[in-house]
Amino acid sequence: MSTDPNKLAFNDGWQYAPAPESTDHVKIDDQYELFIGGEFVAPEEGRYFESINPATEETLSSVALASSADVDRAVKAARKAYNGAWSKMKAADRAKYIYRIARILQERAREFSVIESLDGGKPIRESRDIDVPLAAAHFFYYAGWADKLEYAFPGRKPEPLGVAGQIIPWNFPLLMAAWKIAPALACGNTVVLKPAETTPLTALKLAEVIRDAGLPPGVVNIVTGAGETGAAIVNHEDVDKIAFTGSTEVGRLIQRSIAGTGKKYTLELGGKAANIIFADAAIDQAVEGIVNGIFFNQGHVCCAGSRLIVQESVADEVVRKLKDRMETLIIGDPLDKNTDIGAINSAAQLETIESYLRLGQEEGAEMHQSSCAVPERGYWCRPTIFTGVSQSNRIVQEEIFGPVLAIQTFRTLEEGLTKANNTPYGLSGGVWTDKGAKIFKMTQGLRAGVIWANTFNKFDPTSPFGGYKESGVGREGGLHGLGAYLRLEE
Amino acid sequence: MTMTGSTARVPVAKTYKIYIDGKFPRTESGRFFTLEDKDGNVLANICRGSRKDFRNAVVAARKAFPGWSAASAYLRGQILYRIAEMLEGRKEQFVAELHLQGQSKRRAQKEVDAAIDRLIYYAGWSDKYQQVFSAVNPVSSSHFNFSVLEPTGVVSVLSPDDSGLLGLVSNIAPVIVGGNTCVVLASTKMPLCAVSFAEVLHASDVPAGVVNILTGYREELTGQFATHMDVNAIIVCDDDAQVAKDVQYQAADNIKRVIQRSDTDWSKEAAQNPYLIKDTQETKTTWHPIGS
Repeated sequence: MSTDPNKLAFNDGWQYAPAPESTDHVKIDDQYELFIGGEFVAPEEGRYFESINPATEETLSSVALASSADVDRAVKAARKAYNGAWSKMKAADRAKYIYRIARILQERAREFSVIESLDGGKPIRESRDIDVPLAAAHFFYYAGWADKLEYAFPGRKPEPLGVAGQIIPWNFPLLMAAWKIAPALACGNTVVLKPAETTPLTALKLAEVIRDAGLPPGVVNIVTGAGETGAAIVNHEDVDKIAFTGSTEVGRLIQRSIAGTGKKYTLELGGKAANIIFADAAIDQAVEGIVNGIFFNQGHVCCAGSRLIVQESVADEVVRKLKDRMETLIIGDPLDKNTDIGAINSAAQLETIESYLRLGQEEGAEMHQSSCAVPERGYWCRPTIFTGVSQSNRIVQEEIFGPVLAIQTFRTLEEGLTKANNTPYGLSGGVWTDKGAKIFKMTQGLRAGVIWANTFNKFDPTSPFGGYKESGVGREGGLHGLGAYLRLEE
Repeated sequence: MTMTGSTARVPVAKTYKIYIDGKFPRTESGRFFTLEDKDGNVLANICRGSRKDFRNAVVAARKAFPGWSAASAYLRGQILYRIAEMLEGRKEQFVAELHLQGQSKRRAQKEVDAAIDRLIYYAGWSDKYQQVFSAVNPVSSSHFNFSVLEPTGVVSVLSPDDSGLLGLVSNIAPVIVGGNTCVVLASTKMPLCAVSFAEVLHASDVPAGVVNILTGYREELTGQFATHMDVNAIIVCDDDAQVAKDVQYQAADNIKRVIQRSDTDWSKEAAQNPYLIKDTQETKTTWHPIGS
């Protein structure tokens, strides 16, 4: 493909042998029921929906669709558990149950990784090295808090809220379930959780883990379904707290729906993070950071570095190196260990992304995509960058939630900051420079909840996560994440 | 105000105006409402602030935010302490105003004392709340990871209607000590002290725009306070459940943080604590690299 003799032609000369992760150790049932009161029970209206593999469009399983009557059963089970076994239990024992969940997840890690990649389309390397280990780590971290809560809030006596209704997205199905369930349980609450309709399987597998860990019935209830099921949780009058991760649009609806009910809420919403590259950065390292920032998990990441803001003097070099690097990215079978970019999560999401690709070009930006082949079946989007964009372009202002990067340049530090802060969002940001003092100057100036310096998309259970402005309310993770699940009495 | 004789001095009545961007304009709308004492005597014509006044105030507050949020904790503490000093010096005026608006002398005295003490209390927190609420997080990778509080931004405050001074001060102090700027709606029933408090702020080295105080009709302005897209958080001191509900509904337009403070007895010790500062703070987590 390339005529430059000094450039490696990755596409023809370098073929990787397929290295698929085996699936023979994984058991996916033909049909999954709702997990309510410690048992798998059929939905009252008898309706089911299909969860498909977005890389093959094949059906993986049939999953129960929870109606508002089912949600009511789940909330009642959660209330009963809250009033009963769970609140009477010693905090140290509560901790031990949560530790058990962490341990079983570690034991079954490989199975969970494979199912996560099958159901969601993400590369096995990511589910194996990030999603599943981090999920276990979250349970492990929060387990230890259960009997130490009084040390977290000086001058206050922490009390649980009651029943927490939790609604999670499809981009990190198991990890988000862990982010939600672990702190809720550690703080003494019980839970009704709804996974996303395109990725319910690992949450249902987690239900098995919770059952096997011997948690009292009803402490965790998992109801599957789409928006209506979520609305039934949000609007249920016996739910004390809503924790939601998803789009800003739905977050707004939730804040409105629960107005006047006294329900506590945390919202972890959209983002449009800027990844800011200074001329004095280690450029090759920064290019890796850009790739990780926007192409990690196909860009289905609320904190994705979807805007690159690069200092003018190195812009050409960075874009050239980025294009070269994009050519080496392998897109395809999520179960192949060589795969860098997996399948887009659903047909609907692919359509959203493609509409933004059209829009970006209509707005006058220049689009570049890597030349890699994509499989015939399934939902795929090549890594994409846009140059020649302006601040008011919709592809600069709006969350695309796909492998699409908008590139802008800046001259002075102040200009970089101003551009970075000029969206309604404020979830995350990245800074690349060799100067420690400049890192602090930038991280102080960025109006966002999580800032990565010379790295991007790093997560840890001890590290609070959550946004400024329209990126949400509240924090998850770390000591600060406890506050979302406690009433702080004087 | 009866004349007792030809030698009696004619007192000079004060014009009560609003406070925006460090200035005391009249409302741009030219409207007013009349405040009367319990015997029906006119105390003052109060500015009936408008939507435009509110918008102007938000612009001022936004403009003041970068400077005030970057001011050192020590300086913010000094300025809050200065506000307390200024209020102490003008105590009698505030007692008189509360009395004019229907409070007993004794209660008025207590309220002003409490307001001064509350400012001292929060002045002291300026360089301490960060230490209490921030964290160094032991992440598994090679990063120095820490979480600190930062001010949310511009905060709109519907101050308590039944407390002329203490409720106002109790809600402004934790907002500004944390580096936020604010636009405050004074009590409609008891607006006099709010305007006089603006004069105290003005004499205390509080930069222009950090605190903006409007007077007016609550039912007219509440929606503006809740919906403005450049306001980051709203504090609602209202015992009416419907108002609280409407505010949360409207605040969702830009995911404003909604802090509801109803049924609070501001004279109680419990009405002051650092968690009230935390209410208008964001947690920022930074991953700083470790390496050569």
